[in-house]
Amino acid sequence: MIVEGPVLKYGDKIDTDVIIPAKYLKSTDPAFLAQHAMEPIDPQFYQRASKGVILVAGKVFGMGSSREQAAIALKAAGVRAVLAESFARIFYRNAVNNGLPVITVPGISREASEGQIARVIVESGEVRIGERTLKGKGITGMALKILESGGIMEYLAKVS
Amino acid sequence: MGYTLTEKILGRAAGRPVSPGEVTELKVDLVAFHDLTGYHVIEVMEKAGMSKIFDQERLVVAFDHLSPPPDPRSAEIQVSIRKFVRKMGVKNFHDNNVGILHQLMVEKYAEPGQVILAADSHTTTSGALGAFAQGMGASDIAAAVVTGRTWMTVPEPFKVSLKGAPGKWIGGKDVALKLLGEFKADYFNGKSIEVHVEDPHSFPVDYRATVSNMGIEMNADALMFVPDAETVRFIKENRGYEPKVITPDRDASYQEAYDLELNKLEPLVAVPHSVDNVKGASELEDVEVDQVFIGSCTNGRLSDFEVASKILKGKKVRTRTIAIPASYEQFKKAMDLGYIKDLVDSGCVVTYGTCGPCLGGHFGVAGPGETVLSTSSRNFKGRMGSPDAKVYLSGPAVAAATALTGKITDPRGVQ
Repeated sequence: MIVEGPVLKYGDKIDTDVIIPAKYLKSTDPAFLAQHAMEPIDPQFYQRASKGVILVAGKVFGMGSSREQAAIALKAAGVRAVLAESFARIFYRNAVNNGLPVITVPGISREASEGQIARVIVESGEVRIGERTLKGKGITGMALKILESGGIMEYLAKVS
Repeated sequence: MGYTLTEKILGRAAGRPVSPGEVTELKVDLVAFHDLTGYHVIEVMEKAGMSKIFDQERLVVAFDHLSPPPDPRSAEIQVSIRKFVRKMGVKNFHDNNVGILHQLMVEKYAEPGQVILAADSHTTTSGALGAFAQGMGASDIAAAVVTGRTWMTVPEPFKVSLKGAPGKWIGGKDVALKLLGEFKADYFNGKSIEVHVEDPHSFPVDYRATVSNMGIEMNADALMFVPDAETVRFIKENRGYEPKVITPDRDASYQEAYDLELNKLEPLVAVPHSVDNVKGASELEDVEVDQVFIGSCTNGRLSDFEVASKILKGKKVRTRTIAIPASYEQFKKAMDLGYIKDLVDSGCVVTYGTCGPCLGGHFGVAGPGETVLSTSSRNFKGRMGSPDAKVYLSGPAVAAATALTGKITDPRGVQ
């Protein structure tokens, strides 16, 4: 599974209150949530991500609240994968369950610049940016099957 | 070599010995959700055609985030969950008049050694009683509601020892903020924190619940207090029976350990917009505050109201102050002991067991340009309302002292 796109870059400790504020949590509609993704820190995010992007971030991306809408909003806004130094546990699981590839890539926040094209091999975790190749933690096994199906619901529908 | 608490609990739940780093399937003892995540859990179940629950006795549902409903959509969400509860025969359902889910888990349900999952990140709170408790998203919880099982990566146990006794005005929040300031928010990612208390009764369950609650802010997989005489006292006093206790082996080995001297702690504050940006309250005394919030599943318990009433009794607040006990049980006790009257007389707005403004819900959200001092758990940008508001976090003593002066105040200086 290969995903590719221009980099949108953020810092450390991007929390889920920032990814999708609580006032939007009474909905699970992807199209609605997408319009408000990252709103508190980047009100233009919805436009900037709409053509398909690779989101690059620092430590514990997605920390905080368990709201699954955080993963839904990013994916629906056009995020094809999130590459981060590390992920918060709940967000990581939510992303996989919603078919959004999430790859832990040590050094990514130093190596990647805004606008560069990043190419990610999900299984191996290999990330290519310009001339450089970084080695991340690939997704395999059951999690990969869920991702390839597009999410846990789609996966369950396929296997049952 | 002996087992840690993490290995013992997860090994029992997996039905075989487990080691840190391995992925395992395991049985879950209790599953829970509240209104704001519950409708999403139910939606996932319905879409997947999952029409049963694993055990009517072991699912806990409580209304807290949208309680009482501030708008028609919130009311609609609650209506749909009540329907689900009736249809499935859920035995442990708490409507708008009971309190915050995590507080109810501590009061009524959680026991030492259990594995507890809920659709909310602050599920870690039940670690106060020695349960391995963690939050998950709606899809993972839907699967657990149906099967009574989940999967997880076994975390690396980290030992924290609390030595001595806390000084005046020092409580659970200062311990949580000390750990966050010292280690930062990413350090415990993939680890479970096991807290050993040297003198059990010096650090009561109320304080422990605050620390466990903020285990998620440390990004720990779980934050558990090793069950001891205080754990047994709490459950016996609140529920009338003595729980079975599970503890780590004496020769359990921890890769890392940290000793915290309780008597050396000072009142601490987390500064915007990060939980690990921690300073002494005394360093922040020029910060003017527009609103104080005392409450939430972090610090809305009886001991928090006791501290607030000691500081506010017979005085008037200078800053608008909202106080919300974490549950009806806490509210009633605080009323019987006169704390609620003290707070109302001092000019606080006091209302009942709900999450309130903690997540920018209702009962006092922050406006643009406002500064809030809150006893809740998160000061992320936009968390309590406007993204242009600033949120400082502290325990109840700093909050009450700040309410009196209108500026962040070290309670040790209050007469």
